[in-house]
Amino acid sequence: MPLLEVKGLTRRFGGLIAVNDFNIELGEREMVALIGPNGAGKTTVFNLVSGFYQPSEGAITINGKDTRSMRPHQVTSLGVARTFQGIRLWGEMTVLDNIRVSQHYRAGYSLLDCFLRTKKYMLREAEIERVAWELLEAMELKDCALELPRNLSYGLQRRVEIARAMSLKPSLLLLDEPAAGLNSADVEGLIKLVRWIHDTFPVTIWMIEHQMKVVMSLCTRIKVVDFGATIADGSPSEIQANPAVIKAYLGDDTI
Amino acid sequence: MQKHTFTISLFVGIFALTVLAQFGVINQYLQSVIMLMGVNIILSTSLNLVNGYMGEFSCGHGGFMCVGAYVSSVITVLCFSKNQILGAPLLPPSLALLAFPIALFAGAAVAAVAGLVVAIPSFKTRGDYLAIITLAANYIVISAIDNMEIIGGPRGFMGMNATVNGMKGLLDIPWMLLWVLFGTVFSVWLLRRFVTSTLGKGVPAIAQDEIAAEIMSVDTNRMKLIAFMLSSGIAGLAGGLFAHILGYVNPHSFDIMKSTEVMVMVYLGGMGSLSGATLSAVLFTVLLEVLRPLEIWKWVVIPLLLILLMQFRPEGIMGNKELSDLFPKLKKFYSFK
Repeated sequence: MPLLEVKGLTRRFGGLIAVNDFNIELGEREMVALIGPNGAGKTTVFNLVSGFYQPSEGAITINGKDTRSMRPHQVTSLGVARTFQGIRLWGEMTVLDNIRVSQHYRAGYSLLDCFLRTKKYMLREAEIERVAWELLEAMELKDCALELPRNLSYGLQRRVEIARAMSLKPSLLLLDEPAAGLNSADVEGLIKLVRWIHDTFPVTIWMIEHQMKVVMSLCTRIKVVDFGATIADGSPSEIQANPAVIKAYLGDDTI
Repeated sequence: MQKHTFTISLFVGIFALTVLAQFGVINQYLQSVIMLMGVNIILSTSLNLVNGYMGEFSCGHGGFMCVGAYVSSVITVLCFSKNQILGAPLLPPSLALLAFPIALFAGAAVAAVAGLVVAIPSFKTRGDYLAIITLAANYIVISAIDNMEIIGGPRGFMGMNATVNGMKGLLDIPWMLLWVLFGTVFSVWLLRRFVTSTLGKGVPAIAQDEIAAEIMSVDTNRMKLIAFMLSSGIAGLAGGLFAHILGYVNPHSFDIMKSTEVMVMVYLGGMGSLSGATLSAVLFTVLLEVLRPLEIWKWVVIPLLLILLMQFRPEGIMGNKELSDLFPKLKKFYSFK
């Protein structure tokens, strides 16, 4: 059974077809890229998979569970975590608290436990805190644990956002343009980080990325979309040679 | 030992105030100011959960206070004083001490349920639109009570003194002062425990980025439900205490003016700071009393002060910091978990 199975996924916004008959199957521990020109519907696919939009047609199955009619936090608890195109950290909370709150579903105690500070509460909170510190340590963010995210550099904020997603212990990690706005040194760091995550945790990574350097050095499979429809699917070398892809990216009159 | 300094001094303080009031060192007037201060602290800290931590704009807090005030008052009046509904009191006055906290709790519980009127629309509605809904909730409560002749309608409702006298019959100490002080400590304690937990931190996460919160596994609907119900429930507790301090309630003492007063305290203290809300409630109550000689002119002076505050310190006295963030040395003196 594949980890993620998307069948005939279509999403319309009024008259606009943002995603048209999109299909993909992701197995465990794969690393796949979704590329395509701006406005091709890539982020919409991520929004549909993470439950933020409901599909107009088609089905999304995660670990055999149909996610239609689920709310985003329910989809998340199935093991899907994501980052955003623009950074969406909670800016007024410390980095540590960002990583604590994202483990909300793991809290699992009632309001009464919270008021009375019961044993269950103490155990769960200690666990959340431990996971947060471990992750911060592993992702070299320990020094800025008590900083507010808005005081950090852009590259570090990206790293915190990925750490926050990883605190959910996902089996599927969606990265929406992780390298956008990073300088070349930070891009190298990002590539290393994503590879380390993939090697360390049992996680499938699916990314939207424009920087071919990132895509080519990380992914084993690439899916190309344009105007909501899939135009190519294959290994990096196949994609590089595919005339339809070149046409979509460079237009008809290739030089 | 040092870790408990704060808790111990708090209870010593409550004890000292009660003793001083008992022997007349603190006169009736000062006692009523202290009690009003307590009620205001409860109100401003509880509204801070919604307006400060959750970043919504609730301007109907007075409505929930009203629900709590009327529910607890009706219960105590039915139980302990002669009334037009049942005639003779249901219980002997010696049970007043036992029944009073139950009545307060019932008032708070019903107020929390009334909070659903705002909590459920908040799932889909935010910001200005939700503010209108809270305003409507305030009006619904006031107008409903205005139309209930059985509890006095617009003339108000009284008879709560019988309960206070019942408690005094057991032991002649300033009971209401004691209840208000305990109620205040209890409310702030409850709120503090909530906002410092991982569960409670979901509330500011909604304020700062609701979409990220939902995607990062925070059940935003549940959090909104908790925040609104907790906030209105605690306001109901404040209402119950307020009604029994005065011994008389009128629906119009809980109208939009009251809600505005509470909002002023929240914004004066700083959004998302419990110590700020406490400090500003104390300051606001004192200010009202100090400016009393100005009579009606104080309602010109106080809004003017508010304008100046918004101009020069828009984040309020404390911003979103707690007292212990500004003076880390204070952390030695308490061990709140």
